Amino acid sequence: MKIVKIIAIVLLVAFLGIQFFPVERNQSDSVPKTDFMLVNDVPSDIQNKLQVSCYDCHSNNTQYPWYNKVQPVAWFLEGHIKEGKAELNFNEWDSLSSRRKASKLRSIIKQIESGEMPMASYTLIHKEATFSEEETQKVVKYMENLKDSL
Amino acid sequence: MKNLKISVIVMLLLTVSFTNAQEKEKMNHDHNHNKMMDMKGDTKAEAILSDYFSLKDALVADDSEKAVEASTKLVASLKAFDESNYTAKEQKELADIIQDAIEHAEHISKSEIAHQREHFKVLSKDIADMVAITGTKNKLYQQFCPMYDKGSAWLSTKEEVRNPYYGSRMLKCGKVQKTIQ
Repeated sequence: MKIVKIIAIVLLVAFLGIQFFPVERNQSDSVPKTDFMLVNDVPSDIQNKLQVSCYDCHSNNTQYPWYNKVQPVAWFLEGHIKEGKAELNFNEWDSLSSRRKASKLRSIIKQIESGEMPMASYTLIHKEATFSEEETQKVVKYMENLKDSL
Repeated sequence: MKNLKISVIVMLLLTVSFTNAQEKEKMNHDHNHNKMMDMKGDTKAEAILSDYFSLKDALVADDSEKAVEASTKLVASLKAFDESNYTAKEQKELADIIQDAIEHAEHISKSEIAHQREHFKVLSKDIADMVAITGTKNKLYQQFCPMYDKGSAWLSTKEEVRNPYYGSRMLKCGKVQKTIQ
């Protein structure tokens, strides 16, 4: 019994302790001119879907709910955002060449179609980020048209 | 005072025209060098091609692990590519191609076979575009399978078709689209 108590205390102290580690926040006030939505004529429902489902990890601005500010969740999230932005940053869309855009669009289409994105660990908490069948079709069709128009 | 101003301006003008001339000379030099390269072939581009063909052979053999190995090598040879001997326009194009190809090769080095083949399709386009600029000392065949993902091409050193998109499932599906020399 005593051991359980000690472990509990140690864990609690560790949990409180890691709250003091600073985390880099992925936040920005301005949207660059190269943003996907600004350079493409995106219908508002698709804009909304991308914003809710993709932009948290694939742009310079994450909407942080309170639990994402608690460690170690924040660390976990930070890693994903870094990786996500390295792979694709919607804010910097227009800085890509046509070749790179086509590659990115191809990946976007495949990932959404196969349900690989948005990630399960993300939709678990962000239910609204999930793609319905209709939304998948709509977004994929839009991305395909965009790819063909490059 | 006025004299000083004038001499400063003259010096500035001289510097500008001098650097300009230097640059022009450098460009000329590049151009000559480029011609030489055409005759000798670009060894770095050949290294990329060689790794690309190992990757293609791995996919033909349905060997995902070998494809991982080959694509890892390919990433390295792509990163080692040196476009400085080409014209400014070609350099821009090549840098773009190489950057795109690196990304696809990296994905191939981290995926299972179905995914590897998806990326191989775009990688093949990148490599073909690269060869169009760099040239190659070997005779290559651009082959085409009309079935895979609405039609997909790849490069091979041999004329006979061995399909990297289907492997043993449809080994001989495809045709030679054109020869590259």
